[in-house]
Amino acid sequence: MINSEIQPDIENSRVEINNTAVRPPGFFKKVFGTYNLGDFIFERLTLLFAVLVFLLVILMGYEMYVGSKISIDKFGWSFLTNSVWDPVQEIYGALPIIYGTIVSSFLALVISVPLSIGIAIFLSEVSPGWLEKPLSFLVELLAGIPSVVYGLWGIFVLVPWIRTDVEPFLSEHLGFLPFFRGAPYGFGMLAAVLILAIMILPIVSSISRDILRSVPQSQREAALALGATRWQSTKIVLKDAKSGILGATMLGLGRAVGETMAVTMVIGNRAVISPSLFDPSYTMASVIANEFTEATSEMYLSALIQLALVLFVLTIIINAMAKLLVWSMERKLGTR
Amino acid sequence: MNPSKFFHVKRKITSAVMMSLSLVATLIAVIPLILIFYYTISKGITYLNIDFFVAMPKPVGESGGGMANAIVGTLMLIGIGGAIGIPVGVMSGTYLSEFGNNKFGATVRFLTDVLSGVPSIVVGVVAYTLVVVPMKHFSAFAGGIALGILMIPTITRTTEEMIKLVPHSIREAGLALGIPKWKTTILIVLKTAWKGIATGILLGLSRAAGETAPLLFTALGNRFWSTNVMQPMASLTVYIYDYAKSPFEDWNNQAWTAALVLIIMISMLSLLFRIITRSKFKTK
Repeated sequence: MINSEIQPDIENSRVEINNTAVRPPGFFKKVFGTYNLGDFIFERLTLLFAVLVFLLVILMGYEMYVGSKISIDKFGWSFLTNSVWDPVQEIYGALPIIYGTIVSSFLALVISVPLSIGIAIFLSEVSPGWLEKPLSFLVELLAGIPSVVYGLWGIFVLVPWIRTDVEPFLSEHLGFLPFFRGAPYGFGMLAAVLILAIMILPIVSSISRDILRSVPQSQREAALALGATRWQSTKIVLKDAKSGILGATMLGLGRAVGETMAVTMVIGNRAVISPSLFDPSYTMASVIANEFTEATSEMYLSALIQLALVLFVLTIIINAMAKLLVWSMERKLGTR
Repeated sequence: MNPSKFFHVKRKITSAVMMSLSLVATLIAVIPLILIFYYTISKGITYLNIDFFVAMPKPVGESGGGMANAIVGTLMLIGIGGAIGIPVGVMSGTYLSEFGNNKFGATVRFLTDVLSGVPSIVVGVVAYTLVVVPMKHFSAFAGGIALGILMIPTITRTTEEMIKLVPHSIREAGLALGIPKWKTTILIVLKTAWKGIATGILLGLSRAAGETAPLLFTALGNRFWSTNVMQPMASLTVYIYDYAKSPFEDWNNQAWTAALVLIIMISMLSLLFRIITRSKFKTK
């Protein structure tokens, strides 16, 4: 009857009283593990819902496995390595799509992570107290805008700007590199990378800010007392927070990999592998969004569900790694 | 200048430069936010009229019309999602905080984290195979299930965190009066924590309101008035997607207006969320 979360020594002493002096364990207690039928029902009821959450995740994986059985049987592992995605001839190889997903997410991180660390440093180390709240609020507001609105803005503002200004500029000055060649369509990898970078900025920066804040104040005070400048003390804080920031980056990667609407609307949607950032590309999430309702044959649908399964497994791995990194930092600092 | 002084000045300059760079990074991040809000408001407001809220979409090629069906559809889809996500989230959150100090609790906690990282489109695919395939047609019900699944992690974790904030002395007071644990939890602990839980629920609902991907092949969309949950249903987000891609300028403009209305709806939810949290801290 005593709550199990209080201090262990108190708990033990009270349980003893409960068992011996107050009420000897009778038949009811032996069968139900509690003195009160209401308690028994309530605990099982909440347990039922927790089990439901547990089963839901298992069910999701199972449903997608069953749904993609035909495609898995036919293509097996070559699904991941074959570079032809041709619904007309019923050949499904996801390599160009996986390539598009990885490249777009990776480049978005390259832009977004340094900026996020800068924001986190500003919010936790530099900014005066009164500025911090409205700025955090603004950054969090970015996180609240629906993906489809980013996509809308991407189509009508970002893509025209890329087509008329960014791509001609890049091909003129950096055109000797294979990354900046080809016709300036606007729609393509570059637009997707930029929009992804904007979209993952809030999550990476707000988690990094929390991580920097969790570094004990005494670390900064010790550095400053030794005569270190702000930047030198910040470097020490960053060193402590390294694995946590890596975890925040992984969470951002998870977001970028699964981001659907905004990417679908600006990436151009063509399953080709091209080094040029100007060319259209495709990501796993955007293939599903774009082609799912058009999938007429059973094999086509099955291949798309298999793509969802790959995406599911990939995001689980990424998020689990992120979680482990953040945990390891919290344990090291002893903040939790 | 002697070398130690030079070093002293140099590191001060480095510090000033790096700290200003952090300010620059923050300003760069604010630019897209301002641009997105500027375009959504300035373009959205031109088509914002009473028709948008009360009229139905016009057939292809005709200009004008509104999105009454999509506004009602979005609200209904969130409603179905909430009817699924809120009870599951609150109850499993209660389990995790009150009885979840064991291996199973840790597993469920990990799985809710996993669930919160799963892309919404994947949840849409699952809702398709679970509901649309057996029913053999698209329906608002399937879309609501997808939204409900997406709400579960947010609500579960907030409920757990909020219940954990309730001081143990309050529980012990209840138990000491001889009130059974289940009554203590429902009437005392949950009652103390309800404001925090409500915030989590509102957060879950406002995120669900902005989802498009899981609705594309579950609720599908509908150009006609429909409140039948077993039939396809329109939603603001799917309309924005369709109209943004369409070649008609009139539809493109309406997409901006729909985006504005959607953002206003979501901000109203988060305003509610702020009011609730503020009053919570005042009473403390």
